[in-house]
Amino acid sequence: MTDMTETHADHPTGRAVPDRLQTPLARALKSWEALLLVVAVAIFILNSLASPYFLDPWNLSDATFNFTEKAMIAFAMALLIISGEIDLSVGAIIALASTAMGLAMQAGAGTPVLVLVGLATGLACGAFNGLLVARFGLPSIVVTIGTMSLFRGISYIVLGDSAFTGYPSGFAWFGQGYVFWVITVELVIFAIAALIFGILLHRTDFGRITYAIGNNDTAARFSGIRVERIKFILFLLTGLMSGIAAICLTSRLGSTRPSIAAGFELEVVTIVVLGGVSILGGSGSIPGVVIAAVVMGLVTFGLGLLNVPGIVMSIIMGLLLIGVIALPRLWAMARRR
Amino acid sequence: MNLLKSREAILGLAILVLLAVIATRFPAFVRPDNLARVFTDTSPLMLLALGQMVVILTKCIDLSVAANLALCGMIAALMDGAGVPLVVILPMVIALGAVLGAVNGVLVWLLGIPSIVVTLGTMTIYRGTIFLLTDGAWINAHQMSDAFKAFPRAVILGLPVMAWIAVAVIAGFVLLLSRTALGRAFYAVGGNPHAAVYTGISVGRTQFAAFVIAGALAGLTGYLWVARYAVAYVDIAGGFELDVVAACVIGGIAIAGGAGSVAGCVMGALFLGIIKNALPVVGISPFWQMAISGSAILIAIAFNARTNRAPGRIILKQAEHRA
Repeated sequence: MTDMTETHADHPTGRAVPDRLQTPLARALKSWEALLLVVAVAIFILNSLASPYFLDPWNLSDATFNFTEKAMIAFAMALLIISGEIDLSVGAIIALASTAMGLAMQAGAGTPVLVLVGLATGLACGAFNGLLVARFGLPSIVVTIGTMSLFRGISYIVLGDSAFTGYPSGFAWFGQGYVFWVITVELVIFAIAALIFGILLHRTDFGRITYAIGNNDTAARFSGIRVERIKFILFLLTGLMSGIAAICLTSRLGSTRPSIAAGFELEVVTIVVLGGVSILGGSGSIPGVVIAAVVMGLVTFGLGLLNVPGIVMSIIMGLLLIGVIALPRLWAMARRR
Repeated sequence: MNLLKSREAILGLAILVLLAVIATRFPAFVRPDNLARVFTDTSPLMLLALGQMVVILTKCIDLSVAANLALCGMIAALMDGAGVPLVVILPMVIALGAVLGAVNGVLVWLLGIPSIVVTLGTMTIYRGTIFLLTDGAWINAHQMSDAFKAFPRAVILGLPVMAWIAVAVIAGFVLLLSRTALGRAFYAVGGNPHAAVYTGISVGRTQFAAFVIAGALAGLTGYLWVARYAVAYVDIAGGFELDVVAACVIGGIAIAGGAGSVAGCVMGALFLGIIKNALPVVGISPFWQMAISGSAILIAIAFNARTNRAPGRIILKQAEHRA
């Protein structure tokens, strides 16, 4: 679904080539991540001025739930988008994994089994997407629109308009537990995931290969990279992270409905794109995604404190998604004139 | 040409088999009056799928069509509530839909933002706007004027107006895609954007035109939807964009752009429409529909990938054949 002719237009050709490289510090200050960080701090200050309840540590701790589950998926999705693919079925994977856990719970499974069921369902869904995209060479956007209907459709078949409730009390730890003081279990999982994916993308061969595939998968193939296998693994990772998110979300809500995590795919893609990952593949970073997730969480939480309804927040998310991509392009166009 | 023909023939055959299977248990389903009812019921899907088809032909995708439909439908209902006559409402909603489509088109054309990102964003923005307009309130049947509600249901020559509109749009699309420069440009842009540029076709402007057409159809369908079901609220046609894309994919519209036909698109929509209408008759819970359309999408793309190796060549053959 990428648009070949327009993408060449983003690289301003008329700009002079600098005769020396900028210092690392100057580059870091001018980076997308630095800009995001400024935005995050600004939103933080605005929020604390707008509402007296914002700076309460327990409120801030609650606010992290606005992004932790989505961000876990966003890390894997970032790698997937960098490699030039996309997965729109993540919300549906959560629904299916949550439904599978509900079925296991009704069969009398304890917390460890529930967790295994959630992870296995996520992996299975990811493998299914990966198989269709990598093995059969089908376009990921349509495949995952199809599996999005299929996975959530299975949840609807199982649950109809009913819900699973009554998860064991030990299971509540993942979504409602605290490691110490106000630090939630989900926040710790988020931090560990950020670290692992950061190392994977920025410090390993696998990460370099991911960029290579996203920039030119034909060249990557000729360099001896097994493009299909890497893409399959990336879909598997996205499925796995969706499974982990399903465990957290199900545990936090304490129930499963087929409409669980509806619209997650949009927010996850928004976090990834807001984090500076090019939707066309080939560039982006995990620190950017981390800051973008925090920005999203702060915006949502701040607006919630101001009693802004959820659907208005979704308008703001939509504007944010288009705005963050449009503004740099408008800026580049203005500079070329 | 053979490939193209056979793909549509196979889809037609699949529809006939589907009808035959249903008929063995419920003969009443295939009576002409019921088939006409299914066709009318599927009209909104066909209208949106045709709009989506031209967008997909140009290598884009429009995920905002259902939200566009809902917003235009709500504004039609609000205008009706303010006493605006139907003859004014109709052109207004079509124009509004075209404007909403043009917003997508401008972002894709002038800023070069990938269409999936643009329309994921505008999807939430358009639907959120309905909430801003109404505060989440519903507009129910008793708040709509009789003329407003009656128009799509008015029967002319045995078919309701809604079905006739679908027939007219289908005929219009056949002419547009085979007999106009713009129609051929859709295929050219999708088949090979670089070659299209060298033949003097602006890729961006053609994509813009596709979004405007898709938007205008969504606006029209918005009125038809709200008037037929006699209710307007924030979530009408929620998730319908997936059905629309599904209809296109099942109809053999290549998601990579440049290949697909009106006949395939219409049959793709009818295939989904028949399944949707048959489920309650056959006694399967409507909760199965989502999984069935998901499976249908996957089967269709797997099938398309087999038959659709070189879309560019197919078009050339078609052109040769015509000349």
